[in-house]
Amino acid sequence: MLKYIKLFVALFAVIPVLLLTGCETNMVVFEPQGPVARSIMELINWSLMWMLLVVVVVFAMFGFIVWKYRERKENMNYEPPEEHGNTLFEIIWTAIPILIVIALIIPTVKTLYALEEVPEGYENEEPLTVHVTAADWKWIFSYPEQGIETVNYVNIPEDRPVNFKLTSAGTMQSFWVPALAGQKYAMAKMETQLILVAENPGSYVGKNSNFNGRGYTGMEFEVLAQTQQDFNQWIADVKNTAPVLTEEKYEEMLKPTHLGRLTFKNTHLAWVNHADEDAQTYTNPELYRYNGYQGKTFEEEDNYMNENSETESGDHHHEENHDDHGNHGGDDHGQH
Amino acid sequence: MSANVNTSLPLEYQTHQSRMNILGFWIFLGAEIVLFATLFAVYAVLYQNYAGGPTHQDIIMIKEVMIQTLLLLTSSFTCGLAIYEMRRNNVKGLISWLVITLLLGAGFLFMEINEFIHYIHEGATMQTSAFLSSFFVLLGTHGAHVTLGIGWAIIVIIQLIKRGLTPVTARKIFIIGLYWHFLDVVWIFIFTFVYLKGMVG
Amino acid sequence: MGNIKWDEFFITGDPLILGAQVSIALTMLGVLFGLTYLKKWKWIWREWITTVDHKRIGIMYIIAAILMFFRGGIDGLLMKAQTSRPEMGLLSSQHYNEIFTTHGVIMILFMAMPFLIGLMNVVIPLQIGARDVAFPQLNALSFWLFFSGAMLFNISFVIGGSPDAGWTSYFPLAGKEFSPSIANNYYAIALQIAGIGTLMTGINFIVTILKMRTKGMTLMRMPMFTWTALVTSGIIVAAFPIFTVALALMKFDRLFGTHFFTVSSGGSDMLWANLFWLWGHPEVYIVALPAFGIFSEVIATFSRKQLFGYKSMVYATVGIALLSMVVWVHHFYTMGSGPGVNSFFSLTTMLIAVPTGIKIFNWLFTMRKGRIKLSSAMLWALAFIPTFTIGGVTGVMLAMGAADFQYHNTLFLVAHFHYVLIPGVVFAVFAGLYYWWPKMFGHMLNERLGKWHFWLFNIGFNVTFMPMFFLGLNGAVRRSYTYSAESGFAPLFLLSAIGSVILAAGFAVFCYNIYWSIRYADRNISSDPWDARTLEWATASPVQHYNFAKLPEVKSFDAFWQMKKNNEGLTLKDSEIEEIHMPSNSGQPFMMCVIFGVVGFFLVFEWFIPAAIASVGIIVGLIYRSFDYNDGYHIPVEEISKTESTWRNEKGEVHKHVG
Repeated sequence: MLKYIKLFVALFAVIPVLLLTGCETNMVVFEPQGPVARSIMELINWSLMWMLLVVVVVFAMFGFIVWKYRERKENMNYEPPEEHGNTLFEIIWTAIPILIVIALIIPTVKTLYALEEVPEGYENEEPLTVHVTAADWKWIFSYPEQGIETVNYVNIPEDRPVNFKLTSAGTMQSFWVPALAGQKYAMAKMETQLILVAENPGSYVGKNSNFNGRGYTGMEFEVLAQTQQDFNQWIADVKNTAPVLTEEKYEEMLKPTHLGRLTFKNTHLAWVNHADEDAQTYTNPELYRYNGYQGKTFEEEDNYMNENSETESGDHHHEENHDDHGNHGGDDHGQH
Repeated sequence: MSANVNTSLPLEYQTHQSRMNILGFWIFLGAEIVLFATLFAVYAVLYQNYAGGPTHQDIIMIKEVMIQTLLLLTSSFTCGLAIYEMRRNNVKGLISWLVITLLLGAGFLFMEINEFIHYIHEGATMQTSAFLSSFFVLLGTHGAHVTLGIGWAIIVIIQLIKRGLTPVTARKIFIIGLYWHFLDVVWIFIFTFVYLKGMVG
Repeated sequence: MGNIKWDEFFITGDPLILGAQVSIALTMLGVLFGLTYLKKWKWIWREWITTVDHKRIGIMYIIAAILMFFRGGIDGLLMKAQTSRPEMGLLSSQHYNEIFTTHGVIMILFMAMPFLIGLMNVVIPLQIGARDVAFPQLNALSFWLFFSGAMLFNISFVIGGSPDAGWTSYFPLAGKEFSPSIANNYYAIALQIAGIGTLMTGINFIVTILKMRTKGMTLMRMPMFTWTALVTSGIIVAAFPIFTVALALMKFDRLFGTHFFTVSSGGSDMLWANLFWLWGHPEVYIVALPAFGIFSEVIATFSRKQLFGYKSMVYATVGIALLSMVVWVHHFYTMGSGPGVNSFFSLTTMLIAVPTGIKIFNWLFTMRKGRIKLSSAMLWALAFIPTFTIGGVTGVMLAMGAADFQYHNTLFLVAHFHYVLIPGVVFAVFAGLYYWWPKMFGHMLNERLGKWHFWLFNIGFNVTFMPMFFLGLNGAVRRSYTYSAESGFAPLFLLSAIGSVILAAGFAVFCYNIYWSIRYADRNISSDPWDARTLEWATASPVQHYNFAKLPEVKSFDAFWQMKKNNEGLTLKDSEIEEIHMPSNSGQPFMMCVIFGVVGFFLVFEWFIPAAIASVGIIVGLIYRSFDYNDGYHIPVEEISKTESTWRNEKGEVHKHVG
């Protein structure tokens, strides 16, 4: 029996140690590169401290009690006393968790409100607005003020708040740059907002964390923080050299594919903003036919249909999809 | 378990099993309330998402709906009379009032189906917009419940004719009564929140 | 149906799936052959398929749950194998998506819940001193509907295609716009069928516990497991209709082209997320609360002490149930509902820690001053406390809305909920199984193998899921089928994969233990081998089909313990035996299972006319039931007297504890 208990205690003693050492390794959440991610990290550290306290107390009591009152040869005659409870003890272990909850909820609420604003110390900087459109399975970034658009990478100036306005052309995604800020969903016909600041120039990984189908893995982008000067230079270069994004090209881009990096000297916001409630719907189920038994799909007036789609094969074709071909979407259908 | 008979109680409550069945049915009605509450919540979220399709004012036939309401409310009343006759041990009266209840229910259903057909001819189908999806599913669920209730009541009436008024048939009738009143209550909410509110805009 | 596309009907082209198809076919042939060869057809029909006995229904639930555990476990192992190395090519992205979807659905809905409902079925009527549940035939129907749904869901990966939108099945991804194959119809329809069964179980147990308690068993004398079963049944009745509606709307969207959750024509994907979690979060407590009840029984028995703070345990249980209804938004703080809403739900979520903490300390203090016997059942209960504490504190961390922006959808979250659900549910059902096994079968599970099972499973579990916390904090997202070598995730993923093999070895020992014990375990055991405290131990092991010859009378909490202590109510005089009324068996529930399965299958394939024809069968089944006036049968006194004499001693006393 004894060796079981030893093993038991040893096994669970390892866990808090692991948790402790965990904080010191180079995990991205604990290495924030901007005030937003830092405020979240500080909240996490504050909670970790309290939670470690809880873990230590419970583990210690657990180890002590199991060790002291285990059945041994010597105590086989011991008959435990009748004990219904103890009001004082029960009040204590109701009150202490409540106090811990209070200790945690106050900074949580403060941080929740702060995350919606430009971080402290940057209030005087004019935020850079970037519209983010998530599509299967790429990220499209539009700079309305600069009038340029990028795909799968976003350049931002350092030490300046960036206001990402998030939406989606179809499925639900979560926009996450762990080194700079938390995450937020990007949803079709909706706009959510995420503000962040990069303190240092550098390249940070951004990714989608919300599962959205076959191409979900690898739906990543690069956030490149540059000095204001480099950023201005980059904008100017794009204006001079990048190609123009046409509606046709854009529709092609929205198909479910992985794309590399692309750059354009205009934005798709000129003809559609997916965040609008009555925006054109660019969905086409035919492009998502893959394996398994194919069910019927439904034609919508505002669907995006494309008769040249490559994945559309004869046997996957259903009658109801013949009706409205040639309806390529675009602003002439946006009257709904 | 058929033991524990208490003849001082109304017929439908006399056996322990019947008391359990009735309690079980009340709990089931609780689940039904959650079900309809969820459908109302869905409707509340989607009721303005017309997506370019028809709005409430475009389609609702308020006069017909008023008649439907009247039919269903009356049927709830006649259902109550049926239970009253059951308590008086008057099988004939019970069956007569039940049949009247079902006829009123069938009238309601007939008008509702006509109403739906009218909407569909107007181009307002379940597929038109989120508003209409939630509208048709909320009303359709209620209508399906009424249909089920009518079918179920017919089966129990047959048993009543075959077996007379026993603790078991009495309990079955009583439970159908509960169900019928419940559907009536749901309809009052539908009438208020879907039709009246829809007309006001 | 003339235009069935057979090339799409059976899933082909994947050697893993082909292997599964062949093994399913062989197993089915093996079972059919075995039943015929051993001439067991009649036996299985009479004794099992048509049974309305709560104990047998419970056992069938448990058998089905163990099978589902195996299936879900294989899914888990495949996921771990696929992510053991960067850029691994074992599974394609599509196949991985299908596997994590079925893993989640099966483990929650077809493993955890039926396992607990199975134990509830076996134990609850015995604990309250009743002869069956309130509605025995409805109980059988509940089981068969669950079984029908489970089987329908399980054939998806070989016929028609496996659901692939995650167990949460978020829209618009799960809609026809982005998932045009019928695969996700399986999700909507199979879960709907099983869900109806669960709802009826909830109603059945509420009425049973409220109305069928034996004399003297007041609410505040009920064993803790019965209390948690009652509260869980309450949550089932309150939460399952929401899921029923959500699934129905999903079906309307997918089969009939409505716009509840679509991108086009005004649908709202956020509506699905809300409805799903309005059910989904209470669902977590539907499985967790009975598990807490099991731990309460096991800890009290093996500490030889009354449960500490019984009243506060009851209030804590009810408190958790109420709070579980108002926390659902914490599953999507990142949806942008605003800081006010997120603050509210952060607070409610954290508050759950308070009643849960009360429970943890009450368990600890139950053991304090006790005499803790480290049996296999108790080991599971002991391991639960520290591991669940880790699950709990990380839960509080996730509850903090602002911090959640960094944890959401990462492996940190995955590690957290496995640390809650595995100790909180799986440890509990193992504890319960080792504890109640002698009651169900009249022999024990092997303790030595039980300890191997425990240590392998426990170490494997911690090694599998502990690394995931750190992977998550380093930016590893969930549901990703692979990762690059540069990400630096490889060592911890490998460690986690190794852990999963140890975990699986533990499960294998468990299966072997069942086999070994059925074949070789000693049948000559006491009816009360653990010196336990509650009424299920006051009758024979295995329990006679009428449970109690004479319904026991309860005078205090821990009724059986007090009966043993005061030596009263243990003996049965021949003069006290009366005829017992029992319900008759019925084939109707099984027929309904078959019909629901057929209707569901046609609906999955969107063959509406066959589905409509088959659903006539459902109506016929209901009408048949309504006209069925079978009032059961009576067991004669002689038979009871004979049965009782086989396990009681000459004086009619129960066997006392035999060390």
